[in-house]
Amino acid sequence: MNDLTPTREQREAALEGMGCKRKRVEDIRFTQGKGNYVDDVKLPGMLHGDFVRSPHPHARVKKIDDSEALKVPGVLAVITAETLKTVNLAWMPTLAGDVQMVLADGKVLFQNQEVAFVVATDRYAADDGINKVIVEYEPLPPLVDPFKSMDKDAPVLREDLVGKTSGAHGPRKHDNHIFEWTVGDKELTDAAFNKAEVKIKEMISYHRTHPSPLETCQCVCSFDKIKGELTIYGTFQAPHVIRTVVALIAKLPEQKIHVIAPDIGGGFGNKVGAYPGYICAAVASIVTGKPVKWVEDRIENLTATSFARDYHMTTEIAATRDGKVTGLRVHVLADHGAFDACADPSKWPAGFFNIVTGSYDFPTAHLAVDGVYTNKAPGGVAYRCSFRVTEAAYCIERAMDILAQKLKMDPAELRLKNFIKPEQFPYHSALGWEYDSGDYHTAMRKMMETTGYAALRKEQAEKREAFKRGETREVMGLGISFFTEIVGAGPSKNCDILGIAMFDSCEIRMHPTGAGIARMGTKSQGQGHETTWAQIIATEIGIPADNIMVEEGNTDTAPYGLGTYGSRSTPVAGAAIAMAARKIKAKAQMIAAYRLEVHEDDLEFDIDGFRVKGLPEKFMSMKDICWAAYNSVPPGMEPGLEAVSYYDPPNMTYPFGAYLCVMDIDVDTGVYKVRRFYALDDCGTRINPMIIEGQVHGGLTEAFAIAMGQEIRYDEVGNVVTGSFMDFFMPTAVETPHWETDFTVTPSPHHPIGAKGVGESPNVGGVPAFSNAVNDAFSFLGSTHIQMPHDFWRNWKAAKDLGAVA
Amino acid sequence: MAKTHVTMKVNGAEVEGLVEPRTLLVHFIRENLQMTGTHIGCETTHCGACTVDIDGMSVKSCTMFAVQAQGSDITTVEGMANADGTLSALQEGFRMMHGLQCGFCTPGMIVRAHRLLKENPSPSEPEIRMGISGNICRCTGYQNIVRAIQYAAAKINGVEFQEAAE
Ligand code: FES
Ligand code: FES
Repeated sequence: MNDLTPTREQREAALEGMGCKRKRVEDIRFTQGKGNYVDDVKLPGMLHGDFVRSPHPHARVKKIDDSEALKVPGVLAVITAETLKTVNLAWMPTLAGDVQMVLADGKVLFQNQEVAFVVATDRYAADDGINKVIVEYEPLPPLVDPFKSMDKDAPVLREDLVGKTSGAHGPRKHDNHIFEWTVGDKELTDAAFNKAEVKIKEMISYHRTHPSPLETCQCVCSFDKIKGELTIYGTFQAPHVIRTVVALIAKLPEQKIHVIAPDIGGGFGNKVGAYPGYICAAVASIVTGKPVKWVEDRIENLTATSFARDYHMTTEIAATRDGKVTGLRVHVLADHGAFDACADPSKWPAGFFNIVTGSYDFPTAHLAVDGVYTNKAPGGVAYRCSFRVTEAAYCIERAMDILAQKLKMDPAELRLKNFIKPEQFPYHSALGWEYDSGDYHTAMRKMMETTGYAALRKEQAEKREAFKRGETREVMGLGISFFTEIVGAGPSKNCDILGIAMFDSCEIRMHPTGAGIARMGTKSQGQGHETTWAQIIATEIGIPADNIMVEEGNTDTAPYGLGTYGSRSTPVAGAAIAMAARKIKAKAQMIAAYRLEVHEDDLEFDIDGFRVKGLPEKFMSMKDICWAAYNSVPPGMEPGLEAVSYYDPPNMTYPFGAYLCVMDIDVDTGVYKVRRFYALDDCGTRINPMIIEGQVHGGLTEAFAIAMGQEIRYDEVGNVVTGSFMDFFMPTAVETPHWETDFTVTPSPHHPIGAKGVGESPNVGGVPAFSNAVNDAFSFLGSTHIQMPHDFWRNWKAAKDLGAVA
Repeated sequence: MAKTHVTMKVNGAEVEGLVEPRTLLVHFIRENLQMTGTHIGCETTHCGACTVDIDGMSVKSCTMFAVQAQGSDITTVEGMANADGTLSALQEGFRMMHGLQCGFCTPGMIVRAHRLLKENPSPSEPEIRMGISGNICRCTGYQNIVRAIQYAAAKINGVEFQEAAE
């Protein structure tokens, strides 16, 4: 050995493997404007499609007259439900077992619903065409309030379902009822409440909001009549599922459908579902024989594509006088809009809402969810959350604070008292899930120590006294949130989308020079997969991450996978990568043994190659093994070095975190200042800490928006009044608080590398932290619960209602 | 609709085209000039994804007509790299400080930050936050964008980049 021999540390660092803050490879193109998003795709002869949309929330469509529109220069076709019926596509299946109109078929059910699709030579001509389509409507009474949807005299929305006594998830109680879903032990829970020393009950609403990624939903469809092949470029979080769904509903052979998801400008759940635009663009391409592009504008995105949340949760906790929880009862009224197009694994009409017992050891719980139709946009998506976990976390974290207030206990102390203990993992919750691992007490205590929690409480107490003496007009709130997520959908035994089990996949091919490519069933929308997936491979097989190219989003080349949403990529695809890499490593070991002339068992893996145990100089690098794999494999062995893995996880993973928000609110104006926000996340093994931190910042910012003002609001006659970034709160750099991040590491015992997923944790945990801070600020004035979003006006109103403002 | 002939300078090169009077500048850049780095996120001047630099000002190209840009000097994200093709201090800052995720807001952010640093070579954090408040990012939470701009400012000013204390 000489001075030039790299040390262990240098060899390890050269790989840029797991744990390294590797800079993102994506950024080279993005910072130069060389990304390739769907709207950048231009095909020869491409046409543009755009929608005529309903101004009414509920109306009968009497007549559609397209004769004037067809005279507009550049307009080639106007597609209506009648056109779609000829190809059997007037209605499409939703992800939740319902059906949805593609274009208005006889009536419209929400404002801005798609009524006709105008196809023209460019965007401007399409827009001209839209203005010339004359639609005759007969307005019907709108149903806006979900609490009135099951009234006797409520207008019947879904005439296609009239008289149907059961739906995809069991019996229906009313024409506007979608499903009732119950879990848990009702009797045991009722009994716990009957003998409870202390009880709380509160209706906690999680308002309707919207993911609104900066890039809207869009696609380019191109049908080749000669070959009978359909190519679709689209903003798809799950390209393979789109291909299968298109094959099933358009009756095209699946191998003749090419789905390509290029770069995606943010998804957050908004780009999971199928929208009328995709179907209409595909049909328009078949009809015209030309490629057709559909690009949604921002108003359309906010008003017609998948909303999020809209859960009204009546929550009750039973407890002992000294603060031990003994039972949880939740009833949810879920507003699903006009069609049940919620993105949930098929078996769970309310997704993973059954994590509503949170991080606490509830001996018993009972949960019921009623889904109802209203005249609003359909498609409740898992917006930066794993299928309704966000609602569940908000519900339990708010309720624990309300209980603490009633018991006159510190909310942190109440939580510490009720946490599932480290020795209880794997923990079986009262609602039937197995939490894989956790150490909640350590996380909570670290948060309390780092933030100086006790001192903050003391300051708050002093401030309250000063407020009462009239020395300040500011109230101070401390918002704690401790959440457990359930991510990594999921095990085929309990998760599927439209019957497709939710595994994920990776195919790795190593080339002779020691460089390789990994192709994935996932699809990044900003999560940095091209960077982090290569890091897993680097650590697993000892090839530098820079030598591994990661490719996603092309169904022709990628192995089948279920895509990226619900924080499933690391728990599921991350595992598939490790497993595929381990197959490669196993073959590499055989090759190395042959070349080094020893038995395989005499070899040990050493960072970037195999070494003969006890003979450090007998070493073969992975790079050399790659070369040998193509030229000098052991006799009888197939040349080549590649592997594919389809990973069906044995269980979900359960990341968790402890957050604290410190907020000051001026009662006279309602203006709040987020003084501090601290977020401790435990997502198991950390692949790239830089990217994790970035995800946490982003998730917290979205949580901040939701809790503090962002809402999709309808007026009493069904008009959407928050249809642009003017009135839908989008925090800029000025409003957005500074984020402090921290972590603990509790690996998942069943994941090959111990990783759990993190992308949505900050949204799940952030919203309750903000809301608890506001509620905590006002609690000493006598309030128990103030509904979100907590914008300035509502804060002022709360202060006024509590008598703090004259 | 009758078309109008427009000429302008984009990233140092003279360009021309035939456009309808109502053609938006962002569409002219993206469709006619085939430079797709400038993005569209809202079409209502709120998000800043379409920001370009026109005659020394940051302008949202989604609410300006191409004909209004007649004769002007425009820089888009494609013109942000150093003359030798390497990443400029700002582009490098975004990469080093993880100032982007999906990358959709990034071109607008970089073009805006470029003008900000021209006007104020050593901005404070509040000045940076105010300076980019016309640009929305849905992914990053801005904190790392602020650091990216601080990194670039330090590099341009030839001083060592120092992380602001928490
Ligand atoms: S697209 Fe121009 S500001 Fe949003
Ligand atoms: S990086 Fe996605 S919008 Fe900014």
